Amino acid sequence: MDPDDSHPDTPSPAPRRPDRGGSTAAAPGTGSGRGRAEPPREPHRPGRLRQAIEAAGARGRRLRAALAGGPPPGPARPEFWRSPIRGPWLTSVLGAGLLVGIPVMFVTGLLSYAAYNPDLAAVNDQTPDKGWLGFYLFSWPTDPSWLYRLTQGVHVTLGVVLVPVLLAKLWSVIPRLFSWPPVRSAAHALDRLSLLLLVGGALFEFVTGLLNIQLHYIFPGSFYTLHFYGAWVFIGAFVVHTAFRIPVMVRALRSRRLRTEMRTSTGATLPEPPDDTGLVSPRPAPATISRRGALGTVGLGSLVLFAVTAGQSIGGSLRRTALLAPHGQEPGGGPDGFQINKTAASVGIRAADIGPQWRLVVRGPGHESVLTRDQVLALPQHEAALPIACVEGWSTADQHWSGVRLRDLAAMAGFPGRAPEVFVESVERGGSFGSTVLRANQVQDPRSLLALRVNGADLSPDHGYPARIIVPANPGVHNTKWVTRLTFGAAS
Amino acid sequence: MKGARERYGASPLHLLAVLCSFALALYAGLRLLKGDPVAVAVWFVAAALVHDLVLLPLYTVTDRALQRLLPGRHGGPGSRAGSGSVNYVRVPGLVSLLLLIVWYPLVLRRVPGFGPTTGLAAGTFLGHWLLITAVLFAASALCLLVSTVRAGLQQRRQPRRQRPRQSRRQRRPRARKG
Repeated sequence: MDPDDSHPDTPSPAPRRPDRGGSTAAAPGTGSGRGRAEPPREPHRPGRLRQAIEAAGARGRRLRAALAGGPPPGPARPEFWRSPIRGPWLTSVLGAGLLVGIPVMFVTGLLSYAAYNPDLAAVNDQTPDKGWLGFYLFSWPTDPSWLYRLTQGVHVTLGVVLVPVLLAKLWSVIPRLFSWPPVRSAAHALDRLSLLLLVGGALFEFVTGLLNIQLHYIFPGSFYTLHFYGAWVFIGAFVVHTAFRIPVMVRALRSRRLRTEMRTSTGATLPEPPDDTGLVSPRPAPATISRRGALGTVGLGSLVLFAVTAGQSIGGSLRRTALLAPHGQEPGGGPDGFQINKTAASVGIRAADIGPQWRLVVRGPGHESVLTRDQVLALPQHEAALPIACVEGWSTADQHWSGVRLRDLAAMAGFPGRAPEVFVESVERGGSFGSTVLRANQVQDPRSLLALRVNGADLSPDHGYPARIIVPANPGVHNTKWVTRLTFGAAS
Repeated sequence: MKGARERYGASPLHLLAVLCSFALALYAGLRLLKGDPVAVAVWFVAAALVHDLVLLPLYTVTDRALQRLLPGRHGGPGSRAGSGSVNYVRVPGLVSLLLLIVWYPLVLRRVPGFGPTTGLAAGTFLGHWLLITAVLFAASALCLLVSTVRAGLQQRRQPRRQRPRQSRRQRRPRARKG
């Protein structure tokens, strides 16, 4: 939201505009021209095509004349917009904020996409049509173990914090939505179409992201598909927009000193000098807020959003400060009292699936062993302190896991040297993440475990009892819970 | 070349850059629209239009209504133009609405699956939002109080002869606003 400054943008009732004489006089025939009666219809007879063309030509000339005459009453008239603080400087300050924030969002988003290793196997790939858009994919590393915590925590928290900046930016340029004439040239038409991609794309990305982290799946399709392709639709328009506006932005930022603005009170706040950006109001109302106040309000909004959100990605005692973020509470105490992405009940895990009948199948080429939980516990046990980090942005501090190294299980399946990739299957029925493929570098890492215990106790059903995957820097959903089969050396 | 530039309305570089971005948008857009083309297109365009044509006018009108409700706006002789006293309501109100707009699915309990899925309590968010809103308005009231008291003290310290000459009637609104 924004520093809407008071008088601004609502239309004053027309009778209250004593000073509009000039512009009204300069624009005869705009409002009235639109309401003019159509010429009488031509009767159908030979030669009507030619007459129709002439009539269309006449209509076109009238339309052009109407457009040239000036904008119709309403938001297309510059004096409709009254905020005295709206202007290129304020827009540029907000734009500069987005210019820093949005590229970080885009890059961390692409990193998160790569972290799923979608190029490795079909089960990892939520967007099989990606084509060239996956050109940059690489093996997601396992070091540092908090890598995904960091990149995805930044992606989500920054997205939340940028909301007021984005809304204020949109507020600051709203007169341009109604600029008159609607289309001045071919370049202007393309520019406006590009702006639809820019604004629609930005809001589409923010809205789908915010809904997804709150598990409010009302958007039309898979989140991964919408958010990933939506980002690519948006980013082209963003690059073009910034490339052609940076000079304007730099000029505007140089036109006023930030330090001076930060000392100017509301009473001393004057409009920016008139210019050709169309942002400065020709009929400004008295200021009810200074630029300092407007930017301060946006900053306060970002700060408060940060304060009620960031704790879910920091964890520990700060988690409780995330008063409005989805994962700002602990699900209970004890060794299993850390964040759960999906409970056993919510993905249809039955008691029989994870009871004494449960078996772990370890497969390799020409090899298969079937183990009970006690037999898995009898294998050499190792420990690793690793976090859980979710695509939704929340994460936990390091938990102390213990279980069997994945590379030991690979050796058991016939890969005593370098471990290959592994296809992991859960007893989960259906769902996008009931199975996954982990890359060789992930299997090879000595901290990658098939964990049986956490923080000194058996896993709870909600954390994946009898056994789950835990791999450093892996996105949470790829740390498969309730694992029942591991197939080494076969990508799905 | 110059004629073409004038007809187009910008440099050829602009045309190339825009066409390049459109090609990328089309490449990704075809994939974006693959599942449910109509619904996705509606979401994409509506995202922009709902903001610009509904949300923005709505909060602007609300803001104007707020200013009319509050005293001293119309710049009578006693009211200080540009005192910005409306901001003591506007700023906390705006921040509170901002929190609501970002977190409305949880605050307004629009996500029935939240509790069962995460094992967390779904009923805490509304209370938290209301408490934060209360704190924001309380902090703003405190700021207003401090500034009123400070202005009052300053006025009292000023020697009588330095005070601007005012009739009682004109002075009253200023005293009320602080």
